[in-house]
Amino acid sequence: MATATTPEPAPDPGTPAPALLDVRDLYVEFRTRDGLAQAVNGVSYRVDAGETLAVLGESGSGKSVTAQAIMGILDSPPGFVTGGEVLFRGRDLLKATPEERRKVRGARMAMIFQDALSSLNPVLSVGAQLGEMYEVHQGMKRKDARAKAVELMDRVKIPAARSRVGDYPHQFSGGMRQRIMIAMALALEPDLIIADEPTTALDVTVQAQVMDLLADLQREYDMGLILITHDLGVVADVADRIAVMYAGRIVETAPIHDLYKSPAHPYTRGLLDSIPRLDQKGQELYAIKGLPPSLTAIPPGCPFHPRCPRARDVCTTDRPPLYDVAPGRSSACHFWEETVRDEEPPHAR
Amino acid sequence: MPAEAILEVRDLVKHYPLTRGIVLKKQVGAVKAVDGVSFDLRKGETLGIVGESGCGKSTVARTLVGLERPTAGAIRYHGEDIAKLSGRALKAVRRNIQMVFQDPYTSLNPRMTVGDIIGEPYDIHPEVAPKGDRRRRVQELLDVVGLNPEYVNRYPHQFSGGQRQRIGIARGLALRPEIIVADEPVSALDVSVQAQVVNLLERLQDEFDLSYVFIAHDLSVVRHISDRVAVMYLGRIVETGTEDEIYGHPTHPYTQALLSAVPVPDPEAREHRERILLAGDVPSPADPPSGCRFRTRCWKAQPVCAEVVPPLAVPEWFAGAAGPAHPSACHFAEERHVVPSE
Repeated sequence: MATATTPEPAPDPGTPAPALLDVRDLYVEFRTRDGLAQAVNGVSYRVDAGETLAVLGESGSGKSVTAQAIMGILDSPPGFVTGGEVLFRGRDLLKATPEERRKVRGARMAMIFQDALSSLNPVLSVGAQLGEMYEVHQGMKRKDARAKAVELMDRVKIPAARSRVGDYPHQFSGGMRQRIMIAMALALEPDLIIADEPTTALDVTVQAQVMDLLADLQREYDMGLILITHDLGVVADVADRIAVMYAGRIVETAPIHDLYKSPAHPYTRGLLDSIPRLDQKGQELYAIKGLPPSLTAIPPGCPFHPRCPRARDVCTTDRPPLYDVAPGRSSACHFWEETVRDEEPPHAR
Repeated sequence: MPAEAILEVRDLVKHYPLTRGIVLKKQVGAVKAVDGVSFDLRKGETLGIVGESGCGKSTVARTLVGLERPTAGAIRYHGEDIAKLSGRALKAVRRNIQMVFQDPYTSLNPRMTVGDIIGEPYDIHPEVAPKGDRRRRVQELLDVVGLNPEYVNRYPHQFSGGQRQRIGIARGLALRPEIIVADEPVSALDVSVQAQVVNLLERLQDEFDLSYVFIAHDLSVVRHISDRVAVMYLGRIVETGTEDEIYGHPTHPYTQALLSAVPVPDPEAREHRERILLAGDVPSPADPPSGCRFRTRCWKAQPVCAEVVPPLAVPEWFAGAAGPAHPSACHFAEERHVVPSE
């Protein structure tokens, strides 16, 4: 077993067991022709076994880049991790050799991508791609690996798995392809799964099927799950905790119920107010003014201040730290107290 | 209360032939993208068309603006069947029905300036704006959609996704059409930007007295913007009614399943929400099921569903009742609440 080659550090009696994944103060930058893009600027979050952490953000918020840095699949160059730690069961992956990381990847932590069609190899049958996991990581014989592939396809509820194991990705529907991606991620029974917009490309009825499957499997295997998404609806359905990202920073973390009930950051508040609701015929939608900043020119102070209805002078100069709002809750807003209480901002919307 | 119908679509059919052979092409079948769709669009209203990928909603949009010729059926604009028009008469009608596309990255020519893109409709319909007046008109349009009028000489790549969609909308408005067909106009945009564009579309509707056909897969956006809604499945409308009738009182099993599957941004709803999970995938439109097309995934299906095509009509038990009666194409239509009410 590949897992046998990465021994655990002996648990230290007296101190609590390390988190499954503990990201500390992570920095990632992209050195591009247009200048230095600061994609991730001091992100910290942790995930425990059996827990679902949702990382919410719009395009360019750094949510996917953080995941790539954790998995060790960052395109480098132009991307570089310039600081921080990625502790997986207490061990810093950023200090591991490429060979060690490769063993962790797939076996201990796996990733599910948004677009299953371009993430699967079009010229290999799905059976061969699933079996490859066992052949490479566990040295299994091809015939046995094929049998395991059928088993996996059964587990993710692909009908007639035995007869479809030789089919190619294009012969499956979008939902079925995403199930194959999930099967591939599950193959070696990892401790952590990172799902990057796993259902964004799917229709709503299929999306519900796939999210349910993912939640069931997570419970069954007691895995940690990081769900990266822009969809506040999907998050509300499955997550335990949520981290909201903006311009490469976490601006708010909270248990799921608290965040929807009383957001502690004006950006979160704005997002919640700007989505049309299925259960109500709204009036005019609240729209956050302006655009997300370019990562090559992040505004000084609080990066959200040019779009924020609560912004005051201090916001343009002082970068807000992550203030503790309550146990397990934090917000990077100087005025989180009035935001939580939802007082009218100084210059009303 | 109902205003006059400015667009009447009757039994619209669009089949794409499937052929075999290279020299001697033989038709071996057809993809039945749209198979008998009828609806009215009234003055000043928004008709939302929802459905999953492959249900034919985009094909409907393309036939409405004349990008595709229907295989059969009629599209009457102020009583005149535009499916039968050609040449100058068709060109004149097209001026009044404009389109906004989904993808603001591929629907704008990267080698044209914004001014040329928005002004191009005037080259085809010069009667709308005399040559000397065009630049001023383009700048006006930029202002109307919330962009700086000084940006006329910039290129599409200098704008963000939301701004590009505004450019696409300005182009759609250039000829002062009566009807705008918007095919997934906000689905490629980020949440915070999506709200800006939805609000813009609503403001423009009031300002220019526009009628919208709004096509989307996002049921929440459709509810927000639409007065009436049509739900499509495999080339047919399965249920249609006002926004409240469809969301508050759905009677077709597919509508119910679709609505129940939409994630609601409220963790409290997680526990007490009833979810209808559909089995399997949408069948191929090249070989749709007989009778009711939804029967292969329907939990209510009976033998009759395979034999008799259910008509899109107000169910008998429903017709007498005052209130939310509306047409539903199901033999066993039955009201069921699936959207949590406030």
